[in-house]
Amino acid sequence: MLNNRFFSTLFKILILPLLAVPRAAFAEIGLNMPVGVTPISRDIYGLHMTIFWVCVAIAVLVFGVMIYSMINHRKSKGAVASNFHESTTIELIWTIVPLAILIIIAVPATRVLIDLEDTSKADMTVKITGYQWKWQYEYIDAQGEGISFFSNLAQKSRDGIRDAAIRNADENYLQDVDKRLVLPVDTRIRFLMTSNDVIHSWWVRDFGVKQDANPGFINDSWAYIEKEGVYRGKCTELCGKEHGFMPVVVEVKSKKDYAKWVADEKAATIAAAASGDREWSMDELMTQGAKVYSTNCAACHGVTGAGVPGAFPAMTGSAIVTEAARIGEHIDIIINGKSGTAMQAFGRQLSDSDIAAVVTYERNAFGNDTGEIVQPAAIKSAR
Amino acid sequence: MATTTTEIEADIHGHDDHNHGPEPGLMRWVKTTNHKDIGYLYLWFAFSMLLIGGAMAMVIRLELLMPGLQFVEPQFFNQMTTMHGLIMVFGAIMPAFVGLANIMIPPMIGAPDMALPRMNNWSFWILPFAGAMLMSTMFMEGGGPAFGWTFYAPLSTTFAPASTDYFIFAVHMLGFSSIMGAINIIATVMNLRASGMKLMDMPLFVWTWFITAFLLIAAMPVLAGAVTMMLTDRNFGTSFFDAAGGGDPVMFQHIFWFFGHPEVYIMILPAFGIVSQIIPTFARKPLFGYSSMVYATGSIAILSFVVWAHHMFLTGMPIAGQMYFMYATILISVPTGVKVFNWVTTMWRGSMSFETPMLWAVAFVILFTIGGLSGLMLGIVPADIQYHDTYFVVAHFHYVLVTGALFSIIAAVFYWLPKWCGNMYNETLATIHFWWAVISVNVLFFPMHFLGLAGMPRRIPDYSLQFADFNMIASVGGFAFGLSFLLLAYIVVDCIRNGKPVKEARVWESAKGLEWTLPTPAPYHTFTEEPPRELILKESSHTAH
Repeated sequence: MLNNRFFSTLFKILILPLLAVPRAAFAEIGLNMPVGVTPISRDIYGLHMTIFWVCVAIAVLVFGVMIYSMINHRKSKGAVASNFHESTTIELIWTIVPLAILIIIAVPATRVLIDLEDTSKADMTVKITGYQWKWQYEYIDAQGEGISFFSNLAQKSRDGIRDAAIRNADENYLQDVDKRLVLPVDTRIRFLMTSNDVIHSWWVRDFGVKQDANPGFINDSWAYIEKEGVYRGKCTELCGKEHGFMPVVVEVKSKKDYAKWVADEKAATIAAAASGDREWSMDELMTQGAKVYSTNCAACHGVTGAGVPGAFPAMTGSAIVTEAARIGEHIDIIINGKSGTAMQAFGRQLSDSDIAAVVTYERNAFGNDTGEIVQPAAIKSAR
Repeated sequence: MATTTTEIEADIHGHDDHNHGPEPGLMRWVKTTNHKDIGYLYLWFAFSMLLIGGAMAMVIRLELLMPGLQFVEPQFFNQMTTMHGLIMVFGAIMPAFVGLANIMIPPMIGAPDMALPRMNNWSFWILPFAGAMLMSTMFMEGGGPAFGWTFYAPLSTTFAPASTDYFIFAVHMLGFSSIMGAINIIATVMNLRASGMKLMDMPLFVWTWFITAFLLIAAMPVLAGAVTMMLTDRNFGTSFFDAAGGGDPVMFQHIFWFFGHPEVYIMILPAFGIVSQIIPTFARKPLFGYSSMVYATGSIAILSFVVWAHHMFLTGMPIAGQMYFMYATILISVPTGVKVFNWVTTMWRGSMSFETPMLWAVAFVILFTIGGLSGLMLGIVPADIQYHDTYFVVAHFHYVLVTGALFSIIAAVFYWLPKWCGNMYNETLATIHFWWAVISVNVLFFPMHFLGLAGMPRRIPDYSLQFADFNMIASVGGFAFGLSFLLLAYIVVDCIRNGKPVKEARVWESAKGLEWTLPTPAPYHTFTEEPPRELILKESSHTAH
């Protein structure tokens, strides 16, 4: 592409000498927006390049005249100042010509806008809910109907935040999740966006989809993905402390593989429900609890349970977590959350066994050695 | 030069019992009602805030130097981005422009002082307290505001730290100060302008500030309304921005940007005025298209109130709203373009020299235009889907606010400093400083365009590995740009204390304007006698002679 060559050359001339050690990663990052894999993303790319070249043309013209003038009309070169200072004709020309250019840009922009706002005739619908700090995906209709899960930052990425060795070995650092959104190729997919707490924004660049997720309201958007593959995105609206750590990963499969995934997913849901019906051992609960805590709780309450003074309460020594009489309160706050605070209702997010595990874990980890065990059955009856 | 001042003082006040010269000691600065004293206070305040806000930017760039969390925690990082924005907008850029207006408007319109001197004192002295209250939140339990300078609800209401109420009160106080400053400027221009100066004789700096003052009076109460609604949502059980109680978080954004967009022009219109004063001086040629400049400023001001929702294209606006706001937004580039074309034509076939103020003005025109062009790109709704809330936006608004607003302020200081203090700055050092700053600022902000297009969101403390190189380049540029302000401080202090005295009233040989008819350094009281119309016409920087 001409633009990429232009950019790279300009970039090398301007910036590379400033770097002591040029690194290989330059090859991986484009200097421009990617074309993407949906009709909308291609249209957006086309618009982007059109306006870009219009801007370059204007800049070359204006700066060209300016630089010519600065070189030739200098006092030190004996230039004598003219005295002209008004011309209605010229003023009219440089009002009307830019106006005409704007109209020429506005026409294709409006066409693309109308297309991307038309979310009708979708083959399937996925509801996306932003949480502090993860995404929930619910398949509303079509063959995936009923599938619902949460997508958190992958543990490997989380470990890499403070460990350079893990980070540098992870090519998808901060752009990997524990469970991907899976979508079929060549399907008109409608996305519904909303939020459970603050405003988030769901963005996958290759789809040309970015839409705010507002609490209490539903926005929509659509994509027709033409190529199988894994596409990565980010939350783009500041949503609090962990805003930088809630990536989006979408895996686009062939229609056949997608149908298989849907079947597997439904079978797994049934198996998970069964796990709540048996007695769990302390060890099992502690192992599962540590996992659930690290994914759902550690961001606020801290990996060591210390919390953040004034913002997020500590686990260590907390009365609710350590006093045997308040065990019901402990379960209740996890299931129903605490209104007016960042504490979410986890009842709809976690299974009985996960809640039982995390309650047990919190009551026995971080120096809270209460020795108390909470079974999934207790959670079931508390709901 | 002190003798001249004293002579004038003696001449005017000789018949009077009391002395109107500056009061000795520190109390002079507390009690002063003199427009220049207050203006200098504003400028020093703005400069200290610039250094504090700049130090926060250094923390941000340090954390972003490489991937991973090395220096600060995410919550503190968010406090840094929030406070950096608030301090730079409300503590540095706006007070600096008000300071320049205070110092320069009376001498440019042939007035003795500002029209409302006691209110002038008050509007300044609110600022340090409001600024201190704002910054004190960082030392409170739960930390300071961490929701971005745009403080979108509900992150700033239900999910905000307790210190947010102090932030709200600080914003109220900053608003009072701005509104009083604006009233004072309007009253001064309307009532104290020399009777021989018609509106269309006014220098462009006065014109742009006059229009900006109306923007301030219209926009600041809207901001006060937004933070008051936050206050009642947080403390008194209302639900303006809470859907659960029938409110709407997106309404917060409408109200905020109804203030916020005019605010953007509040920070750039005076800059247009400054550059329109400096370019004719060093091109030795009258300003091209004076009246079209005035009309363009007026058009931009009016348009600035009807484009606010282009900050909100992704909030789920109806398509008709998106279309309207797209058309209105790209329309603003027409009057803005007229201004740029007029500056370039003013330079055309002039007899240019490049003293420091001119260097900064030229850098302003080029770099502000780059920021303006990326703004045009952002105005196209479908393209904005990919640009919105990425580093492309960060690059855009830093090109217009740093290399735009801030560069014009630096240009103004170098242009008028010799008139203020009676000494010339060190031209060699100032030139070195210019090139240092202008190169480093581009190393800092230009790669951010690439980062944004490559997909890096704003306001994140850590990023994936493919963004590492450009972030490192930007950080290195950032540190160099930050350091350049220490040199700037040295140049200014050195000029005031040890600079070579300037004898000429007209510091720059071809400068036009009533301010250059006053002795150098400028007397404590500005015009004690009204300048006649002949002098005003002779000193017009936009008509031929």
